Amino acid sequence: MLRPLEPIGQGARIVLGISFFILFVLGWGFATFGGYVSRTFLADPLTMLADGWALLADHGFLFDIGVTIWRVLGGFVLAAIVAVPIGILMGAYKPIEAFFEPFVSFARYLPASAFIPLLILWAGIGEVQKLLVIFIGSVFQIILMVAVSVGSTRRDLVEAAYTLGARDTGIVRRVMIPANAPEIAEILRLVLGWAWTYVIVAELIGSSSGIGHMIIDSQALLATGQIIFGIIVIGLIGLVSDFLFKAANRWLFPWRLA
Amino acid sequence: MTKLVIDNVSRIFPGVRGGAPVTALTPTNLSVAANDFITILGPSGCGKSTLLRIVAGLDRPSAGEVRLDGRRITGPGADRGMVFQSYTLFPWLTVAQNIAFGLREKGRQEAETRDIVASYIDKVGLRGFENHWPKQLSGGMQQRTAIARALANDPEILLLDEPFGALDNQTRSLMQELLLGIWERERKTVLFVTHDIEEAIFLASRVIVMSARPGRIKADLAVDLPHPRDYKMKTSPEFSALKARLTEEIRVEAVLAATEH
Ligand SMILES: Nc1ncnc2c1ncn2[C@@H]1O[C@H](COP(=O)(O)OP(=O)(O)OP(=O)(O)O)[C@@H](O)[C@H]1O
Ligand SMILES: [Mg+2]
Repeated sequence: MLRPLEPIGQGARIVLGISFFILFVLGWGFATFGGYVSRTFLADPLTMLADGWALLADHGFLFDIGVTIWRVLGGFVLAAIVAVPIGILMGAYKPIEAFFEPFVSFARYLPASAFIPLLILWAGIGEVQKLLVIFIGSVFQIILMVAVSVGSTRRDLVEAAYTLGARDTGIVRRVMIPANAPEIAEILRLVLGWAWTYVIVAELIGSSSGIGHMIIDSQALLATGQIIFGIIVIGLIGLVSDFLFKAANRWLFPWRLA
Repeated sequence: MTKLVIDNVSRIFPGVRGGAPVTALTPTNLSVAANDFITILGPSGCGKSTLLRIVAGLDRPSAGEVRLDGRRITGPGADRGMVFQSYTLFPWLTVAQNIAFGLREKGRQEAETRDIVASYIDKVGLRGFENHWPKQLSGGMQQRTAIARALANDPEILLLDEPFGALDNQTRSLMQELLLGIWERERKTVLFVTHDIEEAIFLASRVIVMSARPGRIKADLAVDLPHPRDYKMKTSPEFSALKARLTEEIRVEAVLAATEH
């Protein structure tokens, strides 16, 4: 039945993927409706849906969702704009790598959330601070991963381009960047996922809007249904953005799938 | 007229992890006339690729120099086209875009580029595959594209490093005829590395035999078989005589190379 690397059909893949979600909700329903966990700590699925509807209809939760998405995208796009070119230069030119690599490797381990108090002192509790948290959390990761990817460009392709008359900038522009573009897109997809954890943490502290703010408010009210709804919304947004990223990659890099 | 001069070129690789340095090439001299088709034969590890890479400018000689049209070679350039043993088409470019790579680098006109690409697609028999990705091609088609890519750039000299090494016998034989056909029409100067003796004779106007490591040139034979050649020539008495002679030369080296390890 189960053979290593044996491919499976599209239909079977969708059915299997959905059935785990169903199983998960069934288990959750069983634990809550069956009275095995207290309502105070974990709302049941139906309460969660009702709370979620109330949030959307009466409390302007859509606005919070929009704010959070804008923060993630804003910080992430800024980080990508800075990090991708630096990463490419580091991968291509060893002296630039030697210059940045030790610092970036160090900075990568600085937890973005630990900067929040400092950033509040510097930038207040406005949007700039939220963007900075995501920026700090993403920028070093992207730089380092892009540099590694570009640095491991197939040597024989670089040499082939040299024998076809490419000069140094041509090698970077016409070989290293296109050869690694799918990998770079994949890195961005991964880091965008991490950026979501940073934004929620940033919104838990000193914020008056956003999904994270709603979650911390709900905690004070013991509204676990709302908290879970918020978490699920984040998961769904992640799922959608992942799907969009993958579709864009398929469209941008058809040669990978050929 | 002399096209390429390999002047006392040697290459010593530094020892790996404290090991002894490896002498890949002892001082080697070779003078290549314009329009010559030179094949280089030799046992594995004798420095054939090293020599070709030095001519291409991808590696530097430890001593000596290579001159093309009297100018000293200091690095890779469009005047020396290369086809590698491994598949080196750019996977993100289609067949046509791969062939156009060098022309675009030179900044040629779009229309001119399209014409040149189309003519080479025809010459290597890839009509109908212009818009395929390299992944969608067989090994033979990939190497034909690589040859077209190198030729479209109109290099002074074409360097081929066992380009048909990974192909089956039938395909290999067809590819030899195709390459020879192009050469008979265009008369490029060619350096072609192989360890297939028949291939070396069939293609060459001159066969160079290299000795086992450390590499040096051991024999240098003119091949006076008439052109155009086709596969039937491989059974002619002249061909067989050359083959017997080269087989003997190579055997000695192969035995040497084998006992050394
Ligand atoms: N980058 C390198 N570093 C160290 N030693 C090397 C390097 N490249 C080649 N050599 C050594 O130089 C010698 C010649 O290698 P080369 O690749 O030129 O052989 P070749 O004649 O092309 O062999 P083959 O027919 O198997 O391709 C080998 O012994 C190899 O170990
Ligand atoms: Mg070799």
